Amino acid sequence: MENIYLAIVLAPLIGSIVAGLWGKKIGTAGAHTVTIIGVAISCGLSFYVFKHHVFDGGAVFNGAVYTWAVSDGFTFDIGFLVDQLTAMMMVVVTFVSLMVHIYTIGYMKGDPGYQRFFCYISLFTFSMLMLVMANNFMQLFFGWEAVGLVSYLLIGFWYKRETAIYANLKAFLVNRVGDFGFILGIAVVLMYFNSLDYEDVFSNAGNLSNITIQVIPGWDWNVITLICMLLFIGAMGKSAQVPLHVWLPDSMEGPTPISALIHAATMVTAGVFMVARMSPLYEWSETALSFVLIIGAITALFMGFLGLVQNDIKRVVAYSTLSQLGYMVVALGVSAYAAGLFHLMTHAFFKALLFLAAGSVIIAMHHQQDIRKMGGLRKYLPITYATSLIGSLALIGFPGFSGFFSKDAIIEAVGHSELFGSGFAYTAVLLGVFVTALYTFRMFFLVFHGKERMDEDTRSHLKESPLVVTVPLILLAIPSVFIGGLTIGPMLFGDYFGSSLVVFKEHDVLAQMGEYFTGALGFVLHGLVTPAFYLSMAGLATAWYIYMKKPSIATHFKEKYKSIYNVLDNAYGCDDFNDKWFAGGARRIGNVLFKVGDAKVIDGVMVNGTAQTVGWWAGVARYMQTGYLYHYAFAMILGLVGLVSWIFIV
Amino acid sequence: MTVALSEFAPLLPEIFILTMACAVLIIDLYLTDKNRHISYLLALATMAGAGIVTYIVMPTTPEIVLAGTFISDQMSAVLKMFVYLITAGVLVYSRQYLVERDLFKGEFYVLVLFAVLGMMVMISGHNMLSIYLGLELLSLCLYALVALQRDSSTAVEAAMKYFVLGALASGMLLYGMSMIYGASGSLDLMEIAEHIKGVQEKDLVLLLGVVFIIVGLAFKLGAVPFHMWVPDVYHGAPTAITLFISTAPKIAGFAIIIRLMADGMGDLQHYWQDFLIVIAVLSLIIGNIIAIAQTNLKRMLAYSTIAHMGFLLLGIIAGTAEGYSAAMFYTIAYAIMGLGAFGMIILLSRAGFEADRLEDFKGLNDRSPWYAFIMLIIMFSMAGVPPALGFWAKLAVLESVVNVGLTWLAIIAVVMSIVGAFYYIRLIKLMYFDKAEDTALIEGTLDLKAILSANGIAILALGIFPGALLAICTNVML
Repeated sequence: MENIYLAIVLAPLIGSIVAGLWGKKIGTAGAHTVTIIGVAISCGLSFYVFKHHVFDGGAVFNGAVYTWAVSDGFTFDIGFLVDQLTAMMMVVVTFVSLMVHIYTIGYMKGDPGYQRFFCYISLFTFSMLMLVMANNFMQLFFGWEAVGLVSYLLIGFWYKRETAIYANLKAFLVNRVGDFGFILGIAVVLMYFNSLDYEDVFSNAGNLSNITIQVIPGWDWNVITLICMLLFIGAMGKSAQVPLHVWLPDSMEGPTPISALIHAATMVTAGVFMVARMSPLYEWSETALSFVLIIGAITALFMGFLGLVQNDIKRVVAYSTLSQLGYMVVALGVSAYAAGLFHLMTHAFFKALLFLAAGSVIIAMHHQQDIRKMGGLRKYLPITYATSLIGSLALIGFPGFSGFFSKDAIIEAVGHSELFGSGFAYTAVLLGVFVTALYTFRMFFLVFHGKERMDEDTRSHLKESPLVVTVPLILLAIPSVFIGGLTIGPMLFGDYFGSSLVVFKEHDVLAQMGEYFTGALGFVLHGLVTPAFYLSMAGLATAWYIYMKKPSIATHFKEKYKSIYNVLDNAYGCDDFNDKWFAGGARRIGNVLFKVGDAKVIDGVMVNGTAQTVGWWAGVARYMQTGYLYHYAFAMILGLVGLVSWIFIV
Repeated sequence: MTVALSEFAPLLPEIFILTMACAVLIIDLYLTDKNRHISYLLALATMAGAGIVTYIVMPTTPEIVLAGTFISDQMSAVLKMFVYLITAGVLVYSRQYLVERDLFKGEFYVLVLFAVLGMMVMISGHNMLSIYLGLELLSLCLYALVALQRDSSTAVEAAMKYFVLGALASGMLLYGMSMIYGASGSLDLMEIAEHIKGVQEKDLVLLLGVVFIIVGLAFKLGAVPFHMWVPDVYHGAPTAITLFISTAPKIAGFAIIIRLMADGMGDLQHYWQDFLIVIAVLSLIIGNIIAIAQTNLKRMLAYSTIAHMGFLLLGIIAGTAEGYSAAMFYTIAYAIMGLGAFGMIILLSRAGFEADRLEDFKGLNDRSPWYAFIMLIIMFSMAGVPPALGFWAKLAVLESVVNVGLTWLAIIAVVMSIVGAFYYIRLIKLMYFDKAEDTALIEGTLDLKAILSANGIAILALGIFPGALLAICTNVML
């Protein structure tokens, strides 16, 4: 199996290297062929690994493949931990990545950076696989940073656009904040566990559950809580949780395929995956779990509100991603890790679908992204319309669609929890359902129904996208409908995850729900009588009424409650605050340091001063190299005399 | 003294090289200039063959034969392998260069083969006499190689200086050995070690012997203040010869230091440690600082070699198995990097033109991005920037020094590395940010380009995956 794991990781890397270094030689067709073959191999083998671990009951693999370095007694291994959790992530990552690769052929056609793009997304697949398959914190950190790097490169893919450069810099800086916490967390792990290996750390977590540390003098912190909080700060950056969410909406400056792959389906869920993987640590700290829960709940609700006022089709989907990530994090907070991962999986499919469908609309509209200038696209883009409808229904949790199972499970789980903050979280996720349905169908109606508001020139060119675009849509639509119902039993209430997740008995809300779980159909029937269902239907109906029946309501609301609208339109002022205080403050401090510290002290005195001194000495010493043989011999004799006299002196 | 035939088995690689060297000497007489490449191919085949023979006779436990004069152990096998590898690299690098300068003669190959034999005897010497014999065989070959270009006044001058100073150093080394012999009554390293163990108080004769031996060794390595020959010889000799002098012999030099200092006089460590510290610190400072003032790349690399030797000595100074293996790793890493750096000069040189001034590297990136990149790797590696090989070499050495409590020494070494980084990075700046003065196409034959690319990639690859080489160096020192 070890060779198969290696092949899964290396195939996309090889594809990426070939497309990146020899892109010009192999041409556009060569670039997409080689990368798609790489990812297809990876995807096929991932399915095989999935079968091996899930259906054939293969043993968990945990071992080092290569010793990268040994330093001061610590061995840094490159190793894999493959169990059911990893297998699921591998299948999701490689499958969505494969779909996106194919879709890109159509979306990026004629772009001058075609080969570069394929190089990046294959590199991303490699990095993401390294992240999910890691068996130690070092490799996790490598994957974590590598996906961040590729994300940075891809957001700024159209590097001549000023907005794209702004967005990728922002993503980079915000992630720095998260990663700083993350690496501190890893440092604490190393300090207290003396190992970076998952297995060592997890098995010793219980021994450390009572040890405290004083980060700030006089204030005791439980070590496990500290580790979990710090690691979660990393997750907040990567999975865009409040207040480190600000980079994700801007990241939509990147090409749509990567919005689907990186900023919806895979990379942003890395934080969720990481917390689930660390469940043996998180279980020991209720404080950290509460923290996770509250952050997730805030994100789930308040980011949803923002989706209501966006007019850019991709930004609406982006805010919905933020909100859905909040749902996943909430699930983690109440120890329903399985439910969080379950939502991660269904979300990966239907959100990738929605993004790609949005991309298809954007292609048809000649890169017009404003939904106010669309409308009535249903008859021009039938396949995109049908798949979008499926994606939207899945997103709002319409009974029977995959999103329904995962979202309802999370809401129920929160309802069962007794953790601090669960009451607030329950209200937030319930209200969130209404908001989700409202903004989703607002977008859906404005794009596909109603009056055709585009200009004549655009309308005359409207046509359905090519096969390379629609086939991935259809292939993603299938799991968006069915995967939830098919897998809810084993994943949430069965023993699918086996030993990969650890949940203490007193936290185990899923076990409580499992007592009356009677199968997917029963879950659907039960769902019809929950408040969540009525709230989502209400949201749908409201959207229909406001945007189809009486558009005047929307305008009226906007004028009457201008202050609320402005707050939402400014995204609660987070960006302004960051710009003014963090970015502006950093610039002001930097300016002072530059003028005084850098230019005067370092450049003037230290650098130029040292360089002059060293240069002077070099000139003098060079003078001693006269070229005369007897000078050289004399120097040797002097050296000898010096050493001999040393013996007599010492 | 009777010697069983089986005692010659560990010497098979040496016997093989000797036979082949004689064969090349005779065969070359019958060759015309047109088919001179047969000598070249034979020399290359000798290196490959010696590699195979060495691998076959590699022992698991040390074998000492021929009345204690010769030792065959894992360290000697590994070091010899690298000597073959580096020498083979030198042969490939230098072929075209020699052809263009009318130096493509059988003498070159015969001298190189005998030099290799000398290095092997040094590596496997277990008696002061055999070590000295190997050293002299190597030195004599090198003197002759430097003078190979008889019509070049600089080469002849360099050879002359090298020879006179080398004779002086050899005399000192021999004098030191005679004093050790006088004090201990033996030339065998093991017996010397036994004797030293029994000595309680400070024995002046013994210590004087140590000092003279250190002076001799420091000269061969090119450590300060016995370094004066290095820049002149590196600069004056044809680049292909410089390539050889600056790489493979350092491996043999490392071996005799280990044999003499660690194996033979390990119990005098607290004495020789002080001497070596003085020499290492001086080498680090003088080497790095003077290199800054150089405008000629070969001279700059000569001074950088001096600094590298200072670094190498740090591992020896540590005096632990960890330190010795770090020094070994450093030596091998240095040899690989030096090979690439001088090889780049060969690539850029043409008939009648030596690309050995810093200006010749201006704008290399415009002329050939790939070779500029290779040079970038080599320079970063020499400066010790991760992830290149040189970083791990420096790290290992520094770690070993810190572990024996000599942190101040490590600090000096690090500060001097920063000074050193200046002139390495200056070259990178010239390559990438300056306009080319020389816009001639980079010619270079295919074999030269291939080996240079392989050399550069090896430095990068060994830097990313240093585990295997580190493990080898650690294991042979156990």
